[in-house]
Amino acid sequence: MSGRLLTVTTFLPLVGVAFLLIGGRSLGDRQARWIALVASLATFAVSLAVWGDFDRAADGFQLVEQARWVESAGLSYLMGVDGVSLWLVLLSTFLFPVAIVASWPVDRDVRLYLTSVLVLETAVVGSFLALDLLLFFLFFEAILVPMYLLIGGWGGERRVYAAIKFFLFTMAGSAFLLVAILVLYAKSQGALGQGTFDFRQLAVVADALPLGTARWLFLGFLVAFAVKVPLFPLHTWLPDAHTEAPTAGSVLLAGVLLKVGTYGLIRFNLALFPEASRHFATTISILAVIGIVYGAVAALIQSDVKRLVAYSSVSHLGFVVLGMFAFTQQAVTGSVLQMVNHGLATGALFLLVGMVYDRTHTRELSEMGGLASVMPWLLGAFLFTALASAGLPGLNGFVGEFLIVAGTFAVDHVSGSVAVVAVVLAAVYVLWSYQRVAFGPIHDEHRDLPDLSRREVVVLAPVLALLLVFGVAPSLVTRDVDPATERVIARVAPDRATIDIGDVDLDVAE
Amino acid sequence: MIAQTITTPVLDFEPVLPELVVVGAALLGLLYEAFARKSDRRVHLALALAGLSLAAAATVRLWDWDGAAAVLGGTVAVDRFSVVARLIVLIAAVVGLVYATAQAATDPDGVPGEVYPLVLFATSGMTLISAANDLIVVFLALEILSLSLYVLTGIGGRRRSIEASMKYFLLGAFSSAFFLYGVAMAYGATATTKIDGVAQALSGQTGSRALALLAMAFLVIGFGFKVSAAPFHMWTPDVYQGAPTPITAYMSAATKVAAFFALMRVLTVALQPLTWDWTPVIVAIAVISIVLGSIVAIAQTDVKRLLAYSSIAHAGFVLTAITAADATGIAAAIFYLASYAVMTLGAFGVVLLVERGDPGRTTIDDFAGLAKRRPGLAAAMTVFLLSLAGIPPTSGFIAKVSAFSAAVGVDLWYLVVVAVVASVVAAFFYLRVIVSMYMRPGREALPAEVPAGEASAGAPTFVVALLAAVTIVLGVFPGLLVGLFEDAAIVRW
Repeated sequence: MSGRLLTVTTFLPLVGVAFLLIGGRSLGDRQARWIALVASLATFAVSLAVWGDFDRAADGFQLVEQARWVESAGLSYLMGVDGVSLWLVLLSTFLFPVAIVASWPVDRDVRLYLTSVLVLETAVVGSFLALDLLLFFLFFEAILVPMYLLIGGWGGERRVYAAIKFFLFTMAGSAFLLVAILVLYAKSQGALGQGTFDFRQLAVVADALPLGTARWLFLGFLVAFAVKVPLFPLHTWLPDAHTEAPTAGSVLLAGVLLKVGTYGLIRFNLALFPEASRHFATTISILAVIGIVYGAVAALIQSDVKRLVAYSSVSHLGFVVLGMFAFTQQAVTGSVLQMVNHGLATGALFLLVGMVYDRTHTRELSEMGGLASVMPWLLGAFLFTALASAGLPGLNGFVGEFLIVAGTFAVDHVSGSVAVVAVVLAAVYVLWSYQRVAFGPIHDEHRDLPDLSRREVVVLAPVLALLLVFGVAPSLVTRDVDPATERVIARVAPDRATIDIGDVDLDVAE
Repeated sequence: MIAQTITTPVLDFEPVLPELVVVGAALLGLLYEAFARKSDRRVHLALALAGLSLAAAATVRLWDWDGAAAVLGGTVAVDRFSVVARLIVLIAAVVGLVYATAQAATDPDGVPGEVYPLVLFATSGMTLISAANDLIVVFLALEILSLSLYVLTGIGGRRRSIEASMKYFLLGAFSSAFFLYGVAMAYGATATTKIDGVAQALSGQTGSRALALLAMAFLVIGFGFKVSAAPFHMWTPDVYQGAPTPITAYMSAATKVAAFFALMRVLTVALQPLTWDWTPVIVAIAVISIVLGSIVAIAQTDVKRLLAYSSIAHAGFVLTAITAADATGIAAAIFYLASYAVMTLGAFGVVLLVERGDPGRTTIDDFAGLAKRRPGLAAAMTVFLLSLAGIPPTSGFIAKVSAFSAAVGVDLWYLVVVAVVASVVAAFFYLRVIVSMYMRPGREALPAEVPAGEASAGAPTFVVALLAAVTIVLGVFPGLLVGLFEDAAIVRW
């Protein structure tokens, strides 16, 4: 089994789906929920085993599995893991059980709902682990359907609109990705004699391409991932999708799905097209900075608390992209760390917003107020998470953002400086919105609202604990990620490999 | 007495045994319909299925044929290419007749007994056309299948069916004339109507190039009509909507497959020396079909019409694969056609089950709330729609990727860009049906839930489930068929 660890991690959720299908109508909602939870927890356990088997010192991809699939088409089943994908997989497999427990109150078409969640898990984990480009694309596209069903089936009032918008935006982006992948494949036929979708071999093929071709292909990949991230100005689907999705949908969308975009950038764009990456770096950095500021300002003026969190995602993901295209060790590692942190913090924020909504049945900030007095624990958790998201030192958000800003500043003073301003804005929108929810006069109908239930504590506790753990011991992540990002930088911008902002030891715990 | 030797052509009937068997079954069906006091559809079905199975068995035997490459005076080719085509068509006929029998249970007047022999006649034309090695035989087969289909379209006797049938007939006759004119031009250019003979004459540059180009244009128009590629698609929406659903299912899959196989043989064998000339023509038709099919489909409110426009777009996708003009492209086109046949048969099967007892109830709104009433049926429809949209893990995804890959391989990446962007547009209208099934409440008091024919819904339901399973399995393990299709992609001549 250890030789097939990645396959097991990817497809274990489907075993849960099989049980749900076999059980059929005879399955009670409660049993169905437990089946899904057990399947996702087992997946998490297996992914921990992957972490255990992961050898930090080894070079390149690990636990590689390769099997012939459609030989004549150059398509192979090729999976592998490195420091970057390892942590994104861990983040995903961790958040899925959380999301399933958080969806315990869902009582309509429970089996279809859980099937969608589990299929989504397979698709997401598969995207992080696939090293065959077409296999990656397959998983990448497969994400669409379950997420579409989750938003459109269990979302808010404008759910159908949001679901279709999400689907079409993402699919439009990935259309260009498909063309780029096929062109690369055609080029590999010329270069290697036999066509291949193997990412590692294609890197060699891509190096030999004329500059113009490589840049066009880079853009093909970029569009797909920029929609997913989302990078300004392709972000417009995100506020709708996040706002209309059911709580678990928002958690998974923000926590996991957006990371597929940033992962794609670092894995494919940077590694396949180093020259084009350098060529477009300035443009992308500017877009990222615009996204950072725009997201923060837009978050400031939102009256809908879910939309506010959604726009804050645009801002945070801007940081990730900014760091990635600074090509310095700290910034790129910071980016990966920020992906994990954002997944946890924003995931937790959506959980909390969902819990508040379940009680007050409103997402309007103006219709809330004084909730801290009736639900001290819930609002306490809210504050903790909000501060983590805003980058309070000691909690996880700080480390990633610091690394990104510092690493960027070393090579690009302007972007670095503007990004710092946005950090301040983040504090403003977080605290201001918290103030409007927690303090002030309370609405009469909110006086008897219950505080956190036991199930909700079970949902929140592990996530909040990790916010603290990664705040004080970020090296848990960075020591695995560093070798992978070093390889990326050595390939993209070897001249920047030596840039170091000094020996920063952010590990409070050590 | 003068010794006179007449060289008679060697008549080897084995390669046309499938057609003979199917025609035989059709004739028996006609006799039964004529002489039975009250014809029983089950007898018809059993007879037809027996004929189709025997034909399939006779076809499979041809896979390892080691005789002449062409028989019956060189008019019928024997190769794996035609074996694959015949099998797909025969399967489509089986599915279509199972559907027809189910429909007859609730709507006996809509599906008279003549449907069975007519479908078999059409099928014999379709299987023959894929093996035809002479343009005259191509034309002959084309007429056999077309005439049967004209009648089948209007057979229900409903006003809309008859109108569709008339339209189909008039436009079809027009396109047949074009085709025949093309054959004449080809003969004028090369002094032969043999498909391989045309190629030899053209490559030896003994023929007239100008006439050959005209022939190419007319032949492409004739085929463009049959495969419902734009701008020769005008009949498609009306006929798809007007014909009884089982017939629509059958012809959307089988006609397209048969006509495309014949088109591929003509383009890649007879007109192979003109590859550089026909490629841009095919590219243009592909672009128009894909764009027009995808965009006009958005405005449709009827699922059968929607699938008609989708079939126009899919004709464009198959043409995309053909533009590669090599074995890769043909293999991709064959895979595309096979998976398209499966998903379109499945989708129309769902339409059939939804409209049961009330023909014509096929608007998108009629699908509202299907996920509540018939979750299994809604799930199957979702699989077919996602496959039509090219979303993994369905066969439609693999089909699209291989078709696009073939086109990119010959540097037609701009065609592929158009195709993928149109795919996104297409996804929108497939999603509308899914939205209707899963996210909208159903209408009250549905007349279709009549208990009358409920028992007879078993067979089509089983077929639909099977087709959905095949769609997924081919999406995950395309290798099961890809190897076979690559063997079949080399047209012998």
